[in-house]
Amino acid sequence: MQPATAIKRPDEGDAYVAFDNVSVSFASPRGTVTALEDITFSIPRSSFVSVIGPSGCGKSTIFNVLGGLLRQTSGTVRVDGSPVSGASKGAGLVFQEDSAFPWRTVLDNVAFPLELRGVAKDERHSRAREFIKLVGLTGFEGKYPSELSGGMRQRVSLARTLVTEPALLLMDEPFAALDEQTRLLIGDKISQIHHELKQTTLLITHNITEAVQLSDKVLVMTYRPGRIKSVIDIDLPWPRSSEVVGSEAFGAYVGRIWQDLREEASRGLEDASRGAAA
Amino acid sequence: MRPSGALVTGIIAPFLFLYLLELAIGAGLISRFAVPFPSDVLAAIPGLVRENNLLGRFASTLGMASLAGLLICTLGVALGAFLARFRRIGIAAEPLVGAFAASPMVLAYALFLVFFGRNFVAAVAFAVVGGLPPVILKTREGLSTVRPVFLNVGRSLGISSRQMFFKIELPAALPTIFTGVRLGFVFGLIHLIAFEFLLNFGGLGGLVAELAELYNPPATMAAMLFVIGLSAMVFFVLERAQRWIR
Repeated sequence: MQPATAIKRPDEGDAYVAFDNVSVSFASPRGTVTALEDITFSIPRSSFVSVIGPSGCGKSTIFNVLGGLLRQTSGTVRVDGSPVSGASKGAGLVFQEDSAFPWRTVLDNVAFPLELRGVAKDERHSRAREFIKLVGLTGFEGKYPSELSGGMRQRVSLARTLVTEPALLLMDEPFAALDEQTRLLIGDKISQIHHELKQTTLLITHNITEAVQLSDKVLVMTYRPGRIKSVIDIDLPWPRSSEVVGSEAFGAYVGRIWQDLREEASRGLEDASRGAAA
Repeated sequence: MRPSGALVTGIIAPFLFLYLLELAIGAGLISRFAVPFPSDVLAAIPGLVRENNLLGRFASTLGMASLAGLLICTLGVALGAFLARFRRIGIAAEPLVGAFAASPMVLAYALFLVFFGRNFVAAVAFAVVGGLPPVILKTREGLSTVRPVFLNVGRSLGISSRQMFFKIELPAALPTIFTGVRLGFVFGLIHLIAFEFLLNFGGLGGLVAELAELYNPPATMAAMLFVIGLSAMVFFVLERAQRWIR
């Protein structure tokens, strides 16, 4: 493990993202469903925060609200001091589903946001190539997504988001479909990119290892309605690679988070079993 | 089978069939009055070219089919996009368009004569109406089933509704739309040739009708070969285009 000196810890007072008593409810055939209830947390500028919780706890709702894809029922959400209303130009979103456009090559996928902004072809291709290199896909510029593996396609989506150089990066379980080894190695890449670009990042995940490997802070959520159950600061040294997974301190964090998560995951499982029986 | 093997088989099989047919007719297994000798059919082609302007008629049908195809494509995609955008109207209209597609439109040819007269406009309009339904239905289907994550990518980038349509929705729906376009072209061609045949008018359909009235089976079959050739040409071009799009 490397010494804990390379990156300065974010200043807790400098909140870039702030959720203040945010609740989200949906109308459903079975009545009103409360997805989020009184969510309050903040993300310091340039830090990496993960939200972890059992399936169906409303993690993705946080992503959608912060990304401007969904409006909260009550409470306020602020990014850099301004309330979020609709898609924010400063935020870049990486989705859980494979979102690389199948009709575009890797290069044209990554250059897509720049094309929308009217950037000249040569310049946008040159900038797209930089980010393709950053995510480790050099040599695949002319390939179509159907010619790539799932992990490579997700890296295309990541590069397409990063090319806009967003101040806030939001990722909704982007590596959920990948095997554990690939996920750990891509985690190294994400960690390296975060180290280079220093964007404020929110990762939605259900994977404890991923959350501890990448984050400065982990928010553990309750099962329905989604609330913040605990906030755990990850005080592991930076820069961090997947080698950290074998350390004693890493194991302690995983155990601590699982302790908080276990009860909620059990409730989710029981609820799912009851739903299946009904 | 390898693609080259399939191609060779595809080329040889029709010739083998014609040769066996020739033998069967010669042996009296098939009446030569019902089915002409394939060799007589091939021999009739030069006469059709000289005396019946076969190539000119082929070009006439091809020209009208191309114009009809262009209109089928443009109008079909526009109407399908309209029905996809206005969801409630789309849900209401879909069964009507489906029923229209399933109805024997060919019986309505007299209406087109009343509206347009006995001319190429009526033929093209008839083909367009016959070919529109699959394009409308598949365009609506394609645009209504674009994966939500693609739309979310667009929204997250603050895309305009015009950019959303042309940069995301349309390309995502294109493979489905093109299935409709292929069907629309084929239906349009069938309607066009049926119109020519029924009215003894214009291109290849009219030529087949003339030759059938004269009871000249070899020449009739030769003209029909050109109809099949035109269909195969349209099919081949559209298949190539679809592969390119995919």
